[in-house]
Amino acid sequence: MSSAAPWLTILILVPLVGAVATAVLPRGARRESGTLPRVVGLGFSLVTLGLAVALGLSFDNTGGMQFSETYEWIGAFGASYAVGLDGLGLVLLLLTTLLVPVVLVASWDSVGGADGRSPHAFVGWVLALEAAAVAVFLAQDVFFFYVVFEATLIPAYFLIGGFGRPGAARAAVKFLVFQLVGGLILLGGVIGLYVESASAGDPSYLVSDLAGLDLTTGAERWLFVAFFVAFAIKAPMFPVHTWLADTTEKATPGTSVLLVCVLDKIGTYGMIRFCLGLFPEASQWATPVVVIAALVSIVYGALLAIGTDDLMRLIGLTSLSHFGFIVLGIFVLNTQGGTGSILYMLNHGLATAALFLVGGYLVRRRGTSLISELGGVEKSAPVLAGLLLVAGLATLGLPGLSTFVSEFLVLVGAFVYAPWAGVVAVTAIVLAAIYVLWAYQRTMTGPSPVAGAAADAVTPDLTRREIGAVAPLVLLMVLLGFYPMPALDVINPFVEDTLAQVGVVDDAPTVPADTAGEGTE
Amino acid sequence: MEFSAPQIAHEVLWPAYVVFGAALLGVLGEAFLPRRRRFVGQVAIATLGLIGGLVGTALVALDLPSVGSDDVAAYGVTTVGDTVALDGPTMFLWGLVLLLGLGGVGLFAERRLESGLSAFAGQAAALPGTEAERKASTEGLDHTEVYPLLMFAVVGMMLFPAANDLLTLFVALEVLSLPLYLLCGLSRRRRLLSQEAAMKYFLLGAFSSGFVIYGIALVYGFSGSMSYAAVTEAVRAGDSGSVLLLTGLGMITVGMLFKVGAVPFHAWTPDVYQGAPTAVTAFMSAATKVAAFGATLRLFYVAFGSERWTWQPMLWVVAIITMLVGAVLAVSQTDVKRMLAYSSIAHTGFILTGLIGLRDTAEVGPAEITSLQAVLFYLVTYSFATLGAFALVGVVRDDSGEVTAMARWAGLGRRSPVVAGVFALFLLSMAGIPLTAGFVGKWAVFAVAVSAGAWPVVVVALASSMIAVFFYVRVILLMYFTADPDPSKAGSADVGVGGDAALAGASSSTEAERGTVTVRSRARVADAVRVETPSLATVVVIAVCVGVTVLLGVMPGPVLDLAGSVGTFIR
Repeated sequence: MSSAAPWLTILILVPLVGAVATAVLPRGARRESGTLPRVVGLGFSLVTLGLAVALGLSFDNTGGMQFSETYEWIGAFGASYAVGLDGLGLVLLLLTTLLVPVVLVASWDSVGGADGRSPHAFVGWVLALEAAAVAVFLAQDVFFFYVVFEATLIPAYFLIGGFGRPGAARAAVKFLVFQLVGGLILLGGVIGLYVESASAGDPSYLVSDLAGLDLTTGAERWLFVAFFVAFAIKAPMFPVHTWLADTTEKATPGTSVLLVCVLDKIGTYGMIRFCLGLFPEASQWATPVVVIAALVSIVYGALLAIGTDDLMRLIGLTSLSHFGFIVLGIFVLNTQGGTGSILYMLNHGLATAALFLVGGYLVRRRGTSLISELGGVEKSAPVLAGLLLVAGLATLGLPGLSTFVSEFLVLVGAFVYAPWAGVVAVTAIVLAAIYVLWAYQRTMTGPSPVAGAAADAVTPDLTRREIGAVAPLVLLMVLLGFYPMPALDVINPFVEDTLAQVGVVDDAPTVPADTAGEGTE
Repeated sequence: MEFSAPQIAHEVLWPAYVVFGAALLGVLGEAFLPRRRRFVGQVAIATLGLIGGLVGTALVALDLPSVGSDDVAAYGVTTVGDTVALDGPTMFLWGLVLLLGLGGVGLFAERRLESGLSAFAGQAAALPGTEAERKASTEGLDHTEVYPLLMFAVVGMMLFPAANDLLTLFVALEVLSLPLYLLCGLSRRRRLLSQEAAMKYFLLGAFSSGFVIYGIALVYGFSGSMSYAAVTEAVRAGDSGSVLLLTGLGMITVGMLFKVGAVPFHAWTPDVYQGAPTAVTAFMSAATKVAAFGATLRLFYVAFGSERWTWQPMLWVVAIITMLVGAVLAVSQTDVKRMLAYSSIAHTGFILTGLIGLRDTAEVGPAEITSLQAVLFYLVTYSFATLGAFALVGVVRDDSGEVTAMARWAGLGRRSPVVAGVFALFLLSMAGIPLTAGFVGKWAVFAVAVSAGAWPVVVVALASSMIAVFFYVRVILLMYFTADPDPSKAGSADVGVGGDAALAGASSSTEAERGTVTVRSRARVADAVRVETPSLATVVVIAVCVGVTVLLGVMPGPVLDLAGSVGTFIR
């Protein structure tokens, strides 16, 4: 792959072109089946995935920004169109481009067609969302980042509101209002950066220029707060998480996957890229507060998940707990935590996506998402039950599955930071076992709680297509569980660079890779 | 006392002559053209006049002499005894006003929606509900005077931002206002509402003009001159705490804030915007704000520039309450036109935020965006989104005319995906969502305000943006996700304007929402809401507004640079 071609731009454009192409495909004749837009959409998403994998293979593991492109965009603002790929971006790029075809296959007949709605819109918005998300992870200019950051909301809004269960429109508005509030706080920060950059000389929004900016302590802290609050809403973290559960409860499983596993990662991605990258001193200043908020998220999210009776809502709330882990790992500011966090972002994406999709299969078969009305699925649909169990075990961090490695690293990082933080975080492992296994027990084992004819209705097992959609996720979880080195090789140089920027002197920078290797054996 | 004729730079003023000439020609046409040719004749005269003015403005703007120093770029001349300043900002605003005037003519000329008649009353003098009115309506009478009236208003709007002298300012204010008062009262449908709007606008407008002229007298008393240059000198030399000066400044400000629709002088806005014929609202809300802000900028930057420490705190307060009041009251509106009116009040606050971002030229870095540049750009983004939004309101109708009750727009996204998509685009632009023009505009005015240290105002601006997002999104929600109140009567024509295909695709969603019970029961008694196909002129106007909104969202560079290259106001 020659580095002369604008590969990253092509990577953004392919899904975008796909979105437009899908939206303008002819409707009508084949409306009832609606196969054409799905096939076209899947084709575009697979091409994107192929490109991303090819980029990953030619990625230089020694770190640094690669495949960079920079063009002036709005001269008066100092804004550029700048994209580049580093370890962090590559991990999230691969996750995003993998999940989109998975979601499209998993939602093959559940959205559009069967229920009389055209699938054009669903596929089109999914691809538009992919394009925006890819652009977010590649952006190396704060202004461009902000623009695509906000642009993700429009497809997300229509995906939630247009295709979910009854009440989805309300959930879509709640989602949008939360996100736009976060976006406007971020806008304040972005404008503040311009003012600081302009008063220092030439205004520029390039991350590389801004990182060298000499900020006063006060200004840096204010900007940090603006950026962090916006990303905390996005991630989400306690106490600005309330939109998450409503959204995952009402949206389609496919939409939830894209929201929680891709879009929410923008929040934690932004914390690493911008909070740590641009405001290193303020990040250190804020660490105690952030760590406490992350610990509250971890425990509180797990407790809420235990208490909820809606399967899809439960899965959403487990993510609150997991995002707590990710943020904790980022802000303990050591290599174990940092590496663990980034790996956690990848693993959480895989495990939660599998959980949402399998949960969605179940809900669709039984017509209810209430745990109290489910039960006894194991007998009639063993494959479904098995996959739910695997995804659930991955969520609670069973050794041998990929999440264990990342959770372990974050916990090590937390203990290195402060023993009390580690102790609090460890409780989540117990709580996770409760919410996963208890939910599994109530939904899969025992007799069906519904009396009469409904009880006799056999829940059909998964079709090949449905298994095929989840299979790559499970395979990767097992693979990365036993052999996380490919991911760690990409992540480690990035974490070292970032922590060097923050100015943290770490005692044992080589620990993570070794620990991870030992942990899985 | 010796009288000497002023030097007049005809070679720079001639675009204004073209427009003024076209207006006069329109009056003659009204008198001499046979009735059935009047419509075509008037539209042709107005269009040609505006295009001529536009071409002239471009030619003149390219040829303005440079008068700036090494530090500050400035181009232009003052003429007619220094009462009119024709400089870069003036030319920019002229171009914008003329474009909006063309848009206005396009919307005024809409005759397809009312089956061959315009949206204006057949005979304005006939009392509503009388025999005379019925007669005018059955004979298919049309008020073609609206075109010359619009042209006169445009002339006023061209003179207003160019005024370099307090008296010229007042004359321009009246020239632009009087035709608008009239136009507001000329609606064919809902005439009482329209006449009430005109009456309110006229009375309050006259009242505010009184404030302006009184203020002018006081400032004259302080400075001994009407000219901005002399006022600046007097302010700089004299006692800046003078009661005459402060009271005069305050009273002139009242009049200017009335024209731009800032709180607490905003009360007329929703009533007038709602009552006026929608085409007039579209033109007026966009163009008046452009002209009035142009004049306000010059007044504050040039005449009272050295008095900045006095007026900036006052405008801080006005900007803050304008944004908050506009956004909060818009939330509770149930009528689309009133909602847009309150949103325009909130936007006035945002523009004021840019206005208080004024700094000394020495403080602004060479590559930094200036307050003037930000405000000019914001005016472009705001005016096109507003013009387009009101133009779209005009095509959503039922048997009794336009439907402005918001509840009845429910489900529009499914039946008319393109119209709903385009309206959503304008709303998103007004809400300041990235990739639309509104975002870039907002960024610019907020950035200059923060640079000037007005961060508390910007914090409030961000807060009111959040509130504003709520009511803009509510309309999008209503159009896309709320059940269609009258599905049996669906099957409407769609406007053939280019729109966001992807947005249109989402229209297939169906969603039964709670809380729309009132919507449905009300819709059941009324007849079907439909989108009617307007004439080509309206389609073109809407399409241009869409184009500008998208283009300035993605590629704002050229227009921003243009707004930055006009130089400062000359003195």
